[in-house]
Amino acid sequence: MKLIAPASEAELAAVVAAAAAAREPLAIEGNGSKRGLLRPVQAAGTLSTRNLSGITLYRPTELVIAAWAGTPLAEIEAAVAEKGQMIAPEPPDTGALFGTDAPSTIGGIVAANLSGPRRISAGAIRDHVLGIRFVNGAGEVVRSGGRVLKNVTGLDLCKLLTGSHGTLGIITEVTLKVLPRPETAATLAVRVPDLTAGVRVLSAGLGSPFGVTGAALLPEGPTALLRLEDFAPSVSYRADRLTGTLEAFGPVELIQGEASADLWRRVRDAAPLHAAPEEAIWRVSVRPSAGPGVAASLPEARTLLDWGGGLVWVAGPATQAMHERVVAAATAARGTFLLFRAPEPLRATVAVVPEEPPGLAAIAARVKAALDPAGIFNPGRLRAGA
Amino acid sequence: MIALPPPKAETLAHRDEIIAALRAIVPGEGTISEPIRLKPYETDGLSAYRQPPLAVVLPTSTEQVAAVMRYCHAQGIRVVPRGAGTSLSGGALPLADAVVIGLMRMNRILEVDFEDRLAVVEAGVTNLGITRAVEHEGFFYAPDPSSQLACMIGGNVNMNSGGAHCLKYGVTANNLLGLKFVTPEGEVVEVGGGHLDAVGYDWLGLMTGSEGQLGIITEVTVRILRGPEGARAMLAAFKGTEIAGQAVDAIIGSGIIPVALEFMDRPCIHACEAFAHAGYPLDAEAMLIIEVEGSLQEQDDLLARIKEICQRFDPISLKVATSTEESVAIWKGRKGAFGAVGRISPDYLCMDGTIPTGELPHVLKRIGEMSEQYGLKVANVFHAGDGNLHPLIMFDANDPESFRKAETFGADILKLCVEVGGCLTGEHGVGVEKRDLMPVQFAPHELAQQRKIKSAFDPGWLLNPHKVFPLESAAR
Repeated sequence: MKLIAPASEAELAAVVAAAAAAREPLAIEGNGSKRGLLRPVQAAGTLSTRNLSGITLYRPTELVIAAWAGTPLAEIEAAVAEKGQMIAPEPPDTGALFGTDAPSTIGGIVAANLSGPRRISAGAIRDHVLGIRFVNGAGEVVRSGGRVLKNVTGLDLCKLLTGSHGTLGIITEVTLKVLPRPETAATLAVRVPDLTAGVRVLSAGLGSPFGVTGAALLPEGPTALLRLEDFAPSVSYRADRLTGTLEAFGPVELIQGEASADLWRRVRDAAPLHAAPEEAIWRVSVRPSAGPGVAASLPEARTLLDWGGGLVWVAGPATQAMHERVVAAATAARGTFLLFRAPEPLRATVAVVPEEPPGLAAIAARVKAALDPAGIFNPGRLRAGA
Repeated sequence: MIALPPPKAETLAHRDEIIAALRAIVPGEGTISEPIRLKPYETDGLSAYRQPPLAVVLPTSTEQVAAVMRYCHAQGIRVVPRGAGTSLSGGALPLADAVVIGLMRMNRILEVDFEDRLAVVEAGVTNLGITRAVEHEGFFYAPDPSSQLACMIGGNVNMNSGGAHCLKYGVTANNLLGLKFVTPEGEVVEVGGGHLDAVGYDWLGLMTGSEGQLGIITEVTVRILRGPEGARAMLAAFKGTEIAGQAVDAIIGSGIIPVALEFMDRPCIHACEAFAHAGYPLDAEAMLIIEVEGSLQEQDDLLARIKEICQRFDPISLKVATSTEESVAIWKGRKGAFGAVGRISPDYLCMDGTIPTGELPHVLKRIGEMSEQYGLKVANVFHAGDGNLHPLIMFDANDPESFRKAETFGADILKLCVEVGGCLTGEHGVGVEKRDLMPVQFAPHELAQQRKIKSAFDPGWLLNPHKVFPLESAAR
């Protein structure tokens, strides 16, 4: 497969314009770290943003950073950490899940809208994208949003492109909101009899006035985890108060420092599910109270619940039958699903994400055509024939 | 008066027939056609622009909205959605040949789920109505536009409304889970729901802030949050706008995100003090209101940190509230700012650009120069944490020349916002007011890209065709 990695946005736009004229489909990627996600793309050539790299603007006191799409996420996280800040949605490191050491790029993180545990309090990646530049299917460079925190000028194409997995446009530069990195973090852990009891613990934490920033259920135990992050006096006060609330559910253990940080890295990266590389992995998103029911209806699977119980990571046999059961469980809970990792034959066969909502299919096709009229971007990546 | 697209003669000619058809869908009081009863619908919060519609329908269900949309689509009739009519950008301004769909009778709260921390409400529920429905359990709906007593959640979604507390809690887009809406062709669509982050195109995000260009929103699923234990404000006054801006930078740079961080300039301080007697320092060039949340001891800790930072910038005065009453007093002037300006000037225009916060001193200096040049007074309030600037331009609406100058002055301010790296509107929306300034911020092909997405939803440009996009470019 031919790989084209232009060194400038203008050059990338020219490649797209030529491909559009020739109606030659392109697979779009950064470093290809998430090539194993979604459906395989049918394209002779791959267009990569990996050579569009570097931070273009960073104003810590304005809470804003901008970088070319091919900039490694790690480079951005290091730059903001140096100023005591963070990319708040804590995107997962999917390297171990996909068995690759290719570094995630910021463009790929935005194109996949991948968010970690802090999503429940700080919002998703899509909530932190302030501006983008992208190349549309006609080879034009289009801007949306900007570099300010509040902006409602025109249709929000930042939201539309974020999470579109390179099927609507090639993101070339992103501007993100950053937030102060909390001075201190601590985790309260409660051993629970089952997942339903676990979600009750998480709901008690999330429904408290103590600003919980992580709420997950580890399979070992199971164990309910609640994270507090802020200035040290606040964390210490809130840990005391929240412990008082949670003791009704069982003994509460306080975990601090590196041990706490390590726990949340494991939740973020779904590390408890890494053990069996031959298994398929799904991400099901439902109302938090419906999470335990989804897990219970898949007894042969191993699960990890995040987002207060609403995000169910599922690991199980990489078969079509298993996929259908995960889809049925997500649908019965009125939620959504994503076949996150699976061998290529399975990914190529099944619907890896739900169909467009009824009533929107025709509009979705016209929106795709409005951005990518020749249909050259990532054909088949989200859905067969789309 | 701003230019509106010429009415379709075909629609006007069939007025009686159209009204009869609408009445068959939304019977009785739900269809309004008498000129005297159309009057309340001719304008919104931007009352300088007025245009009575052809008719108004007030449906009570999504099915009725869908039936009206199917009928209007089949007949090629233009449609303008309306919530409470509080838009400051003319977002609810009708057209002479348009049917206004008013959502105010769809005001039921359909579900409240404290365990999953969400509420499902119809589009005509007021912003504050959501909080009222959940506050007995200590919860609230976070975005708080200053019109929150009247404005409706459907309008909030369409404008992606903000408020004074969005530095910490985000704007409307960050607090939504799902929508039900009717497409221009009359299909009922549900996106999102009780869960987070569906994989695929973010229709929820695209609809939010789309200013009624893409569909009629009838139901909204919002996140509700447990309120903090308490909140308290402090006031800090400085000798200059530049040094006040430096204090803001230092607070944010120290890792503190206050729940609100409001900036007022000298004319605004004076107007508010004369109106509210809040005890604001009249010798200050700039004043900050800073609010923090948490338990009493957390508030004390944060306010002490902020006070220590402000002391580095040679403040004229620092006043930390010691009680809820003192906090209310500090906020009293700021919350009455618009009324205060209304008291010293017969009319004012409220602008709404956003700038990179570091540009504030430069922008205020330029606005001061323009104020002299146009001979019109201006007072500035600024959401300092997020860069959203609200200059209030004072003029006399009885003097057409004064209004014309005020509009030009406002446009110049917004152009300046774009020039320094900001945008035309931070929370009020483009509407009709800023429609013709869109080319200042977007290149022709960028506007064309947005218009193509509008066309994908609304191929006939029947929905709100006179807003957001400049008219000459609007027709496909």
